[in-house]
Amino acid sequence: MAMRRVLSLILSVLSTVTLLWTQSGECNNGRRSGDAGDTDLSGFSVPLEHSFEVDDVPRFRLRGALQLKGGKENGVYLSQNQLSEKDRITLKDVAAADGLYRVRVPRVSLQVDRQTERPSEGYLTTFVRACALVESHLSDVITLHTDVSGYIIGISIVTIPGSCRGIEVEDEVDLEVFNTTISVVAPVTAPAPETAPFIERMEQEMEKKGKNPQEQKSFFAKYWMYIVPLVLFLMMSGAQDQSGGGAGGGAANGGGR
Amino acid sequence: MAWLVVRLAISMSLLYTASAVFEDQVGKFDWRQQFIGKVRFALFDTHSQASKKLLLATDKNVFASLNSRTGDLFWRHVDKTGPEGHIDALLMYGQDAVVVVGNGRLLRSWETTVGGLKWETVLDTGSFQAAALVGVQDFVKYVAVLKKSAISLHDLSSGSEIWVENLPDSDSVQYQTIYSGGNGLVLVLGVVPNSHIVIVEYKIEDGEIMNKKSVEAAWMSSLESSCAVVSSGILLCVDQITQSLYTLPLQSAEQTEMRQIHLQTLDLEVVSGFRPVLTSTQPNPAQPPLSEFFLQLSPDHHILLQFKDGLIAPLRDFNPAYLAAFATSGERTVAAVMSPKNDTACSINLFSADTGRRHLDTTIIYHMDPNGGKPNRLYVHAFLKKDDSVGYRVMVQTEDLALTFLQQPGRVVWMREEALADVVTMEMVDLPFTGTQAELEGEFGKKAAIQDGLLPMVLKRLSSQFILLQAWLAHLWKLFYDARKPRSSVKNEVTIDVLSRDEFNLQKMMLMVTASGKLFGIDSKSGTILWKQYLENIQPNSVFKLIVQRTTAHFPHPPQCTLLIKNKDTGLGSLYVFNPIFGKKSQISVPALPRPILQTLLLPVIDQDYAKVLLLIDDQYKVTAFPSTKNVLQQLQDTASSIFFYLVDSSQGKLSGFRLRKDLSTELIWEVVIPTEVQKIVAVKGKRANEHVHSQGRVMGDRSVLYKYLNPNLLAVITESTDTHQERSFVGIILIDGVTGRIVHEAVQRKARGPVHFVHSENWVVYVYWNSKFRRNEFSVLELFEGAELYNSTVFSSLDRPHPPQVLQQSYIFPAPINTLEATLTEKGITSRHLLVGLPSGNILSLPKLFLDPRRPEMVSEQSREENLIPYAPEMPIREEWFINYNQTVSRVRGIYTAPSGLESTCLVVAYGLDIYQSRVFPSKQFDVLKDDYDYILISSVLFGLFFATMISKRLAEVKLLNRAWR
Repeated sequence: MAMRRVLSLILSVLSTVTLLWTQSGECNNGRRSGDAGDTDLSGFSVPLEHSFEVDDVPRFRLRGALQLKGGKENGVYLSQNQLSEKDRITLKDVAAADGLYRVRVPRVSLQVDRQTERPSEGYLTTFVRACALVESHLSDVITLHTDVSGYIIGISIVTIPGSCRGIEVEDEVDLEVFNTTISVVAPVTAPAPETAPFIERMEQEMEKKGKNPQEQKSFFAKYWMYIVPLVLFLMMSGAQDQSGGGAGGGAANGGGR
Repeated sequence: MAWLVVRLAISMSLLYTASAVFEDQVGKFDWRQQFIGKVRFALFDTHSQASKKLLLATDKNVFASLNSRTGDLFWRHVDKTGPEGHIDALLMYGQDAVVVVGNGRLLRSWETTVGGLKWETVLDTGSFQAAALVGVQDFVKYVAVLKKSAISLHDLSSGSEIWVENLPDSDSVQYQTIYSGGNGLVLVLGVVPNSHIVIVEYKIEDGEIMNKKSVEAAWMSSLESSCAVVSSGILLCVDQITQSLYTLPLQSAEQTEMRQIHLQTLDLEVVSGFRPVLTSTQPNPAQPPLSEFFLQLSPDHHILLQFKDGLIAPLRDFNPAYLAAFATSGERTVAAVMSPKNDTACSINLFSADTGRRHLDTTIIYHMDPNGGKPNRLYVHAFLKKDDSVGYRVMVQTEDLALTFLQQPGRVVWMREEALADVVTMEMVDLPFTGTQAELEGEFGKKAAIQDGLLPMVLKRLSSQFILLQAWLAHLWKLFYDARKPRSSVKNEVTIDVLSRDEFNLQKMMLMVTASGKLFGIDSKSGTILWKQYLENIQPNSVFKLIVQRTTAHFPHPPQCTLLIKNKDTGLGSLYVFNPIFGKKSQISVPALPRPILQTLLLPVIDQDYAKVLLLIDDQYKVTAFPSTKNVLQQLQDTASSIFFYLVDSSQGKLSGFRLRKDLSTELIWEVVIPTEVQKIVAVKGKRANEHVHSQGRVMGDRSVLYKYLNPNLLAVITESTDTHQERSFVGIILIDGVTGRIVHEAVQRKARGPVHFVHSENWVVYVYWNSKFRRNEFSVLELFEGAELYNSTVFSSLDRPHPPQVLQQSYIFPAPINTLEATLTEKGITSRHLLVGLPSGNILSLPKLFLDPRRPEMVSEQSREENLIPYAPEMPIREEWFINYNQTVSRVRGIYTAPSGLESTCLVVAYGLDIYQSRVFPSKQFDVLKDDYDYILISSVLFGLFFATMISKRLAEVKLLNRAWR
């Protein structure tokens, strides 16, 4: 990874881009931005904007462009600019003042055909503490959430690590390039009650029982050979008692039991 | 063999959770109160003198019979909710009560003694207008039902239809009333507004139209509200614009227009803006009405008039008089009139209807509740005394839906609070300590210690100890005194003065807010109403939010509750601050709320008087703090950057998060928009603030720990699809962090639709939906786990929890529809959780959460058995012994409230709907309480025995040692 970063610096690549296929879970780290033109993305691009101000009044500027690919596989591809010298200083100042780093995307649909239907209106915004972003050396995870029909309903950003410990980030180089992992998440389908496997399992149990007649036998059927002598023995001893009692009188009878 | 294990595991788990009430425990920990709602029709059974029956039909579609001596229910029939079960009319003759239900859909006759259904007839479609009993030759045989376009006559004894006739010109004429004077004809009266009246005469035998005429009445808009029939078929109408009475003999052929009598000629005047009301009475449906009638000219002015030979003569003027009503006993008809006596009391007097003369010694003094509403309905039960004079009892209904039954000279026989049939929200508050306990608390108060020196403190201590001793002696004496008396005569009267917290905090104060705007303070142990307060000028569409700002734990500061009353349409709100124990309005100044309130937030920040701070966010995202003392504002400034709140705008599908700024303004920090074209937000729920989770994780079969994702800021958002087609409809569940707006989980339940009921607690969400494909109710449970390692085990911060939780989900079939869902709550959260499910049958099912566990395995393994997991079965069982309310069903249960008690094992439950049911549940059985049948004698005798045995053996050992030493 470090090797690659050095490489990318040497090549003075403008940004680090991560492409993550949510469906397959396959990800492709550290692509050069020059590749953007080569990929056969038939989708469209929307701006990803960010804002970090010392006075905490949001003024959004372009951070990068999200290449969205429609269709079943919601692919997303982010090409973003390097932070300028001025931005780096501002970001550090904001972090020192415990300000917020905000990002926003316009409300769009990933379905290309829907794109023309309705112009995007409004933005989806979220934030992360600026200090967390600085301390993580600009490594963030951006997730776009869509609804069932492919509209983006929310954006979330977290940094890894997410804490603010007050560690000084000395190296200006660490705050130049975003190391972003971006993904699009569609809602999962909640499971319905699983009747079929349950019935299958029940049938298997029944079959097992059918195959093994030994199991089906009742308690009495299995152990009759022990029970019958026991009962016989008890009956015999009882009868003896009775006859003995007749001779020995009432007291003996009671004692015999 | 595996199957056997499965079954064994199931039965073991059932054994573990099975809990039912023993027969001798019935009513020990629980009580139920049944209500009927706002009375629309009330009839006294005058069939026989000794009858105690009072028949009532209410706006809650309840038809009931009350014992007029005690106010208890004889029987009650609860019909469907909504217009389908709406009771349109109630008529009574002899032992039968005839009811028209569902906008004229059904005609039913009830036997009034036991409440059995005698017959039921389905009527033709058409909106209901009126119903009347029809008599022939002094004998009532039929009931006539008037619909918009048809009239039908039914036999009273069997319900069979005698005839049904279409009404002439029913598309232009609005037929509104029926009149029958017992002369073989049924008259149907209709009106063409501002034009003319139409009178159609039907023959009772075959429904033949005998006569039809129309009479000019250009001033009339509605027949029903302005007319009455008096004397032998005289239609009498009143018009406030022309200030006149109009009369028309219904069956005379000569007179073809209404005769106008100016009210001026009678020296009367209608107050401007008031719609005058005519009240006549027809004691026997087989005979024409009386010629006397009431005319109400203003809200507190009634006049008794008589119609005689075409002339109207005043009999008696009642000014002021709030209410007036007729009542008949035998052949005698009387009029009861309620007049104000002074500010707090009204007097009700009886007058003979035919002369207007006052009956002597018939005054009933009705004391108005200073915390209640004004009386608005008067129902009179007249009866003949032994000396042939007329006696009477009255039932008064007030604006706050209290029914009071009075008898001479003003004794309240019983009282019912029917506002409780519509509880909107409730809270439970701990009771305060007794005076002596409070004394002790006060002694150790910080302020006292600083002010006083050492010696006064010692004296104070001694005096409080002396008071305690005194109280204990008094208690012992009372115990001794009560023990001598027979058990039945010991009456446990509960009043506010004797209320105090019991040692396990099982007795609490229930605060109930009702839709009519009446607040109640109810003792949870007995169900006694300890205080009530009617808030006037509450709009009928108000929403209420009850907030406990200060509990009883901060003596000497009184507990404080705040009720936010918000108009649903305008969003404008107001605050009502009160003491929950005594119901008294607090003197604290309340902030004015000029703008609609969007959201409220109760902060853990407390002011110097220990009241929690309530933040109110208005539609300009400005924040109002209450209380807003300097101290509070300072604290808010200090903590502003960590105060976040969220707003939901379901019409735009927008969820947005805000952060508080130091100047009490707010800034938008996140936004999530769910397109309304696809799905709409139906509910958003966070977790309960007073919830404790004892265990941070679950121990797995392999002894590793699966840590729970316990995010206190998590919101569960439930959406429903706009597409209602059974294949395409879905229910969405989105878990959002309320601070960062991060979507933690998003799931879609396909082929499902609402209504969705859900509970969000600990690390799980349970929701119920309707599966539109299989047409059944299903439960689904979502559990969130952090995994085998905790990210930060000391503190949870939404801002610093980068890894998304693992989500497990499982669904089950539930074989019953459900009304409401709630989870049990205990003091420390050690006790296992149960879900309380309110079923439409009125039962409350206590379902162990054990059954709703997404980790229930398909196949049993050694590890799952180790963990006590029940093998997965798609259907959720319903066991009768899980019904916590055995046969005490709660009609139309709408909500369940749970509160922890001082005992960890015990959770207090209140279910409310039409009825109120209070009970205790023990989800893990009473592990911290000795059983009722615990053998104290055995254990103490064993203890004593052991003690003496030790003593003796010690002595023996000593002797033995001594002997050995001598040897």
